[in-house]
Amino acid sequence: MLGLLAVVLALLAVASLAVGSRALSLETIFNALTAPQESVERSLVLSSRLPRSLLAIFAGAGLGVAGLLAQSLTRNPLAEPGILGVNAGASLAIVSAVGFLGVSGFAGYVSFAFLGAVLTAALVYLIGRPRAGSADPVRLVLSGVAIGAIFTGLGTALSLVRPQAFDQLRAWTIGSLQGRDASIILPLAVLTILGIALAAACSRSLDGLALGEDAATALGINIHRTQILVLAAITILAASATAAVGAIGFIGLMAPHAARRLAGAGTGWIMAYTCLLAPMLLLVADVVGRIMLPGELQAGVVCAFIGAPLLIALARGKKAVAL
Amino acid sequence: MSRTQSIQPLIASRSAAHRAARSRIVSLVLAIACLAALVFSISGGEYSITPAKVVQILFGGGEGLENTIIWQWRMPRAAAALIFGAGLAVSGAVFQSLTRNPLGSPDIIGFSTGAYTGALLALTVAGGGFALTSFGALLGGLLTALLVYLLAWRNGTAGFRLILVGIGVSAALASFNHYLVLRAELDVAMAAAVWGAGSLNGVTWAGVIPVSIVVILALLGVLIGSKSLQMLQMGDDLASALGMRVERAKLVLVVLAVLLIAAVTALAGPIAFVALVSPQLARRLVGSGSLNLIPTALTGAFLLAFGDLLAQRLFAPIQLPVGVVTVCIGGAYLVYLLNRGTQKIRS
Repeated sequence: MLGLLAVVLALLAVASLAVGSRALSLETIFNALTAPQESVERSLVLSSRLPRSLLAIFAGAGLGVAGLLAQSLTRNPLAEPGILGVNAGASLAIVSAVGFLGVSGFAGYVSFAFLGAVLTAALVYLIGRPRAGSADPVRLVLSGVAIGAIFTGLGTALSLVRPQAFDQLRAWTIGSLQGRDASIILPLAVLTILGIALAAACSRSLDGLALGEDAATALGINIHRTQILVLAAITILAASATAAVGAIGFIGLMAPHAARRLAGAGTGWIMAYTCLLAPMLLLVADVVGRIMLPGELQAGVVCAFIGAPLLIALARGKKAVAL
Repeated sequence: MSRTQSIQPLIASRSAAHRAARSRIVSLVLAIACLAALVFSISGGEYSITPAKVVQILFGGGEGLENTIIWQWRMPRAAAALIFGAGLAVSGAVFQSLTRNPLGSPDIIGFSTGAYTGALLALTVAGGGFALTSFGALLGGLLTALLVYLLAWRNGTAGFRLILVGIGVSAALASFNHYLVLRAELDVAMAAAVWGAGSLNGVTWAGVIPVSIVVILALLGVLIGSKSLQMLQMGDDLASALGMRVERAKLVLVVLAVLLIAAVTALAGPIAFVALVSPQLARRLVGSGSLNLIPTALTGAFLLAFGDLLAQRLFAPIQLPVGVVTVCIGGAYLVYLLNRGTQKIRS
């Protein structure tokens, strides 16, 4: 099953190179990737389509795994990558950068968005960190909700005072892979791989934690350390993906529920499935968005419209797995 | 989370009398705070009237211009803040109890998101005015809630399934909303964003009176049903073992909660966070894990009234949408409570 999904993901990646306002045949793509001489197709594939596909794969995997970790850690099905206030922090940083520092364009604010997301997650952890003798994650969830709300409120208020910031923010919020700078792919890839490695290292501890605090302690799991590592992984993954593609938190919410359905129990397996399913969703959304309307429909919109019916079908299925 | 909650009522009876006393004191203090917010909200503005004078006029001692300013211009907004706040808070309490999730709020069934979709369509496509926007919001919200409820129905509505379906529908609509905002002209989009944050700017008696009647009736309905709500909080199975007709009780409570949020949203837009945070705040103020509807309602009323006071005065003459302020003060207070750390935090 896992192998099949990997093949599907690879096919989707190839399709995402071929489909667009100018359709390319497989042969053209192959030539463009291998032949050294310059051509319009080569530059189209290498400078526009390939970066975009890579962006979708890494950002998708990052958001998916971050969502899975958030759900496992808080044992709350509503948890999504934005639970640590990442989206709110990034959007407040963007509004501040555009409205007060005069920054403009995506390339200008992507680092602000990342920084805002990381700092916000750190603040949420400082306020909501579990107290001694208790590993109850509800404090953390509420702290994320509270900080997220405050920053969203501040961001909205500031953006209503500064129209140009509002204009940039509404474009970022929706979530899209269009017009991203190719230079962000390397840092995104490095951070995503780092985050997933960290998450994979914690998967056994998370399995133990799912049995409850007492059982986890009895199994010799250091609950506190696990929580900190998982939170670090969520922050790295969600902040980098969100800064790169915008607030497409829905992937992180939806993909783990689907993966849980396919993989059954075992955080490690669910994570492996999530790593494949989430990028698939984002790739499909991006490709469909390119051809559905004249002009482009943002991947964030398509993603929600593909993912929502899937999630509802899963929820209605007999096997819907509670946390 | 659900496990601890289901045994809570059994433990709670230990100091029930103490809790009831504390609940009454908290309610009294909150009620006084609400009245103070009302008086201060009425006294300020471009033509300022001293709070003492306001109290005098409220008891019938005013004349001419001051009477008009207070009763016709400022009172509708101040009264709306209190009544709407109570309605939102109780609506949130119902949803949190039924889903047994601290993140539960009317947003779970997509009401606010759907209402925003309706309003956005009215504003951007139909180019509508105030009445059309209200109508669009009401229609959008109710249709969305109905859709979620129907999609989640499968021999009953388990909390978990309702949550997942709600997330799905809301996410699709939210992203459609972003799309509408992105496509609109900048000034229309900003006007829509103000509506979308929730605002009491420019409400009049003509709007406040019918909405308040609906809110008050629905509030009474929930109060009458509060026993069922407490039973449902222990879980569907236990409640039905105790002889409850679970699905019917749930449906009635959900309809009442939706009525509360629908009436408020139609007039004031989806005011964020009051429904989500008020039950949590009230629970911590009273220091009890179980449901306390009256402190919850008063907390919501105070939160919205105080928030609207700040929204009017903070950047005067610029009037912020009150929703922007309620998220900030509600969030800040939640942070403070989380940090105080004297009480064990329950969901």
